[in-house]
Amino acid sequence: MPEVGAWSAPLPAAAPERAGAPSALGVARLMLERDLRLAFRKASQLIQPLAFFVIVTTLFPLAVTPSLAELRRIAPGVVWAAALLSSLLALEFLFRDDAQDGTLEQFALSGRALTGLLVAKTAAHWLLTGLPLALMAPVAGAALGVPEAAMPGILASVALGTVTLSLIGAVGAALTMGLRRSGALLSLLTLPLVIPVLIFGARATQLAIKGESYSAPLMLLAALAVLATTLAPLAATAAVRINLE
Amino acid sequence: MTWTWFHRLASPPYLYRTAGRLTPWFAWPAALLIVAGLIGGLWLAPPDFQQGDAYRIIYVHAPSAWLSLMMYGVMGIAGGIGLIWRMKAAHAVAASAAPIGASFALVTLVTGSLWGKPMWGTYWAWDPRLTSELFLFLLYLGYMGLRAAFEDLQRADRASAVLAVVGLVDVPIVHYSVVWWNSLHQGALVFTGRRAMPPSMLIPLMVMFLGFTLYSVAVLCMRLRAEVLNRERTARWVREEVAA
Repeated sequence: MPEVGAWSAPLPAAAPERAGAPSALGVARLMLERDLRLAFRKASQLIQPLAFFVIVTTLFPLAVTPSLAELRRIAPGVVWAAALLSSLLALEFLFRDDAQDGTLEQFALSGRALTGLLVAKTAAHWLLTGLPLALMAPVAGAALGVPEAAMPGILASVALGTVTLSLIGAVGAALTMGLRRSGALLSLLTLPLVIPVLIFGARATQLAIKGESYSAPLMLLAALAVLATTLAPLAATAAVRINLE
Repeated sequence: MTWTWFHRLASPPYLYRTAGRLTPWFAWPAALLIVAGLIGGLWLAPPDFQQGDAYRIIYVHAPSAWLSLMMYGVMGIAGGIGLIWRMKAAHAVAASAAPIGASFALVTLVTGSLWGKPMWGTYWAWDPRLTSELFLFLLYLGYMGLRAAFEDLQRADRASAVLAVVGLVDVPIVHYSVVWWNSLHQGALVFTGRRAMPPSMLIPLMVMFLGFTLYSVAVLCMRLRAEVLNRERTARWVREEVAA
């Protein structure tokens, strides 16, 4: 039997197709449901990134100035840096538990395309961190003196940007999942790679606050998300396989 | 075209000896070129009409910047080859290239900020090129950190190769996203027709580019030898090689 390369998705021993076995899409849906259910049973882990996001954004008025006019100027940077850090905080747990108790290994051996399962896991991660952050960002923005008219822009940019963050973060999390105390390393790996998200996200937020059209940076964020959706799961699969060997 | 020469490089003793044989062929020309380039750049080239003598740092700065990028390319491509064809020698090349590239990135940052103080009046500016060079440096640190974090060498090789390949795709995106700011940085001087560098300045720069490139290939060969020895330290040929 030929050795399976890191980049090849299918496994040598394909599971026999039983009658009524779920399709690839069905498997992904089951995975998504499982991850969401698990997350809601550990609600504290779910709240932590959000609470962290709120804390970080509160630090700025205290550290810089309580003047809303000043804060409005730095709001895009504050919201985005905080979103980036909170999203990173949650990443460490993306594969950790499943890797430790052997679940991930069973997924890899299941004969199902691992890439699809990882995409489903990443989607669950986005639903659990990216989406809540996107909903929270306008609230934090309001506390920083951002006008109401800018809220849709902030929401859209954070929602789109966190898709890329989750996908690229999944690669970093997969690379470091076998390591103990990987938090700092994970940040060091992931942050330089997601700079474009920060730049375009903050730019969109800034334009939204000024009341100008923010569609250009938003489209770039969407382009990054599409690119990351195409390529990052492949790299994450390779990384997971390397760590399971 | 025959690929035997390439396949033979996968054998550690052959790779070790080849790298050893090649080293002087790169090191000596590099030494000559760098000395010639320094003489040309620091003495023979005229001072700049705007920047005076301060511009001369370009003779170190620009080649370092080029090599910090080139070494990333070497690292990423070698990592990709190692990942796809499971070639251990390629991983050894990637592992040897990373510290070289990181050093050049650091030299670029330091020389750039030393130049920035008299010219811009500040050691650091949030200019696109400075910023993306900084991220390149951080990416190197992440790569080396990831490599060091694994105890199992094979896993370290393959995991860091995935990171290098991801970085290879991402570095241009990071660069161009960062370029979207107002730039303080000198535009590319060398090939712009209107304000082209005169030959007396340009030739030493080209000599330095070539010299630095050869130098880094020589250092890569030397590091590669050390890396191969370290990886193969239990093998018999290493014992024979050391005993000889």
